[in-house]
Amino acid sequence: MSNAAGLKKQFESVLGGEALEWQARPAPEMVPSGVPEVDRATGGLPRGCLTEIFGAASSGRTSLLVAILAEATAREEVCALVDAEDAFDPASAAAAGVRFDRLLWVRCGHRAEWALKAADLLIQGGGFGLVAMDLGDTPVEMARRISLTSWFRLRRAVEHTPTVLLTVARRSNAKTCASLMLECAREGVEWGGPGRPLSRARLPSCSALLRGMRVQVARRKPGRAAAATFYCTGRE
Amino acid sequence: MFACLHGSGNLTALAFEFSPVVERSAPDTVTLDASGLDRLFGLPQDVAAAIARRAAETGVKANLALASNPDVAICAARGFTGIGIVPYGDEAKFLGDLPLELLGPSPELLETLERWGIRRFRELAALPPLGIAERLGPEGLRLRELARGEAERKLTPLEEPARFEDAIELEYPVDLLEPLAFLLARLLNGLCTRLATRALATDELRLRLQLEGRAAHERKLRLPVPSLDSKAFLKLLQLDLAAHRPGAPVVHVWMGMNPVKPRFAQSGLFIPAAPEPVKLELTLARIKAIVGEDRVGSPELLDTHRPDAFRILNRGQTGRSPLNQGGQDQGQTDLSTRRKKHALGQIRLSLALRVFRPPRAARVAVTSGRPGFVAANGIRGKVLDLAGPWRTSGDWWTSDPWSRDEWDIALSDGAVYRLYCEPRGWFVEGSYD
Repeated sequence: MSNAAGLKKQFESVLGGEALEWQARPAPEMVPSGVPEVDRATGGLPRGCLTEIFGAASSGRTSLLVAILAEATAREEVCALVDAEDAFDPASAAAAGVRFDRLLWVRCGHRAEWALKAADLLIQGGGFGLVAMDLGDTPVEMARRISLTSWFRLRRAVEHTPTVLLTVARRSNAKTCASLMLECAREGVEWGGPGRPLSRARLPSCSALLRGMRVQVARRKPGRAAAATFYCTGRE
Repeated sequence: MFACLHGSGNLTALAFEFSPVVERSAPDTVTLDASGLDRLFGLPQDVAAAIARRAAETGVKANLALASNPDVAICAARGFTGIGIVPYGDEAKFLGDLPLELLGPSPELLETLERWGIRRFRELAALPPLGIAERLGPEGLRLRELARGEAERKLTPLEEPARFEDAIELEYPVDLLEPLAFLLARLLNGLCTRLATRALATDELRLRLQLEGRAAHERKLRLPVPSLDSKAFLKLLQLDLAAHRPGAPVVHVWMGMNPVKPRFAQSGLFIPAAPEPVKLELTLARIKAIVGEDRVGSPELLDTHRPDAFRILNRGQTGRSPLNQGGQDQGQTDLSTRRKKHALGQIRLSLALRVFRPPRAARVAVTSGRPGFVAANGIRGKVLDLAGPWRTSGDWWTSDPWSRDEWDIALSDGAVYRLYCEPRGWFVEGSYD
């Protein structure tokens, strides 16, 4: 007998033998992430929940974040990006199709605690379709110093709201507070000249290009691990 | 009870000091509804004395008459000099000796009455109404009513000039923001109530604090949408004053609001939720208090090829209004086009750059004209793959030209960076992620 079932039996015996009906938590509404491959693997991003995207540098986390922002702003939702390390590149975002008239950018000047406060205020303010907190360049030790209580507070704040709360970091920090955890990893970088791929053995010529990056996204939570791969185009 | 002022000077301003219902009966005549003034001043004589005293103070030279109806008051003010109080029920007797010209009849009618030998109010009032109706028509009847002091009508009120300002003179200087907040709340509540009674809202708050030593501290808050939320206004003012503190204790507080029509937005089932404008303004003010004034807003790319050229637009700033409610149709079009492209596999995801601000100065070992080894703050590795150089330049026609050679490099530390070389040296601009 599982622990939950044992507890249920115990409660029922204490309460006079009446059968308890566990109240099931309603499944959160899922919204598309803007990357069909990721949506197929994860079902989308849950509203009213904390979603964590993590991975090493150049693992495609930011490209995924920007794609999510582009999709959310195209849905006409107001989005907020809390940028702890001031790393957001408006030119990349514009190229990805992010609508700036629906985006609020909060630059926290390398202060993770400011980012937490700002994200909390934005969620409490309400009305945002997506609040993204980018801790992607925050040193791992500093990100780990954010207490679980803070993450729990954020999770509680976003609960029962139509907001998708998203964090981007190098490692997973929110642990149990995250409803969906996506780990990004770089599968490979494509280099090449116009129409002529180059081998690694030979240094590219002046006409070489960073053509793109193949990114693998693995769902770590909830349920069984599932993975998807998508491709981001670089310079053209 | 009605009062009439007939003379010269700023009669309207004087009348508004005593009543909100004021009629400009003629260029030199103003009538006001004086009912209720007896509770303030006492008998009609006292009311008249108070108005006359204030007229003398403000330099108004006018006859004043008080009567039970406006037309009697007008006739009395025009017919008698000084102060006249017409007793209720004796109007016809009081006005009896006045000439008919005061009633403003048409020249033909006046000539007819002259021919009949009727020159005074009393004589016209004594005529039978049926005979007047047969011979002079409705105008004759109206003149008879006026002459008898029986004409009843309502005043046609002037619109009071819409100025929403208030001030508090402090008995002692206030040097803390918390006690000042109580005074601000009082002013805000009063002004918001006044705006609400006229179905107006405000989009601009002006605050002027007179400081000890005669200096003034002025603040102006512009709201993206008109509102009447006094609690939000108070919080915004508190946050603003906390960020811009007055330099000395406050001795006088003045507040003004810009009256505008409120904006009503029809919500819909299929319109995505957006933050409430005033609440969002409050949230932004709180965040600005944490991260700084110029670090919150919507980005806008500048029309230049200069790298990392953008500006932050605040809400309500000219150009376009960030986070506005409009553009629903455009959004739907964007989304449907995007979905179609997704289905056809035409949407290609872009590789995003994470920018290092400021760029990290790098030491680069160059081999055969290409970077071979890169070391910068937090970055160190051998170049495994690279593309470039991309030579760009611009603004050479200005005093601030720029030129650079860009390289995309994959380092042995596992990341892909954008490296550039400019006349000042090598820099790592950011990492592809």
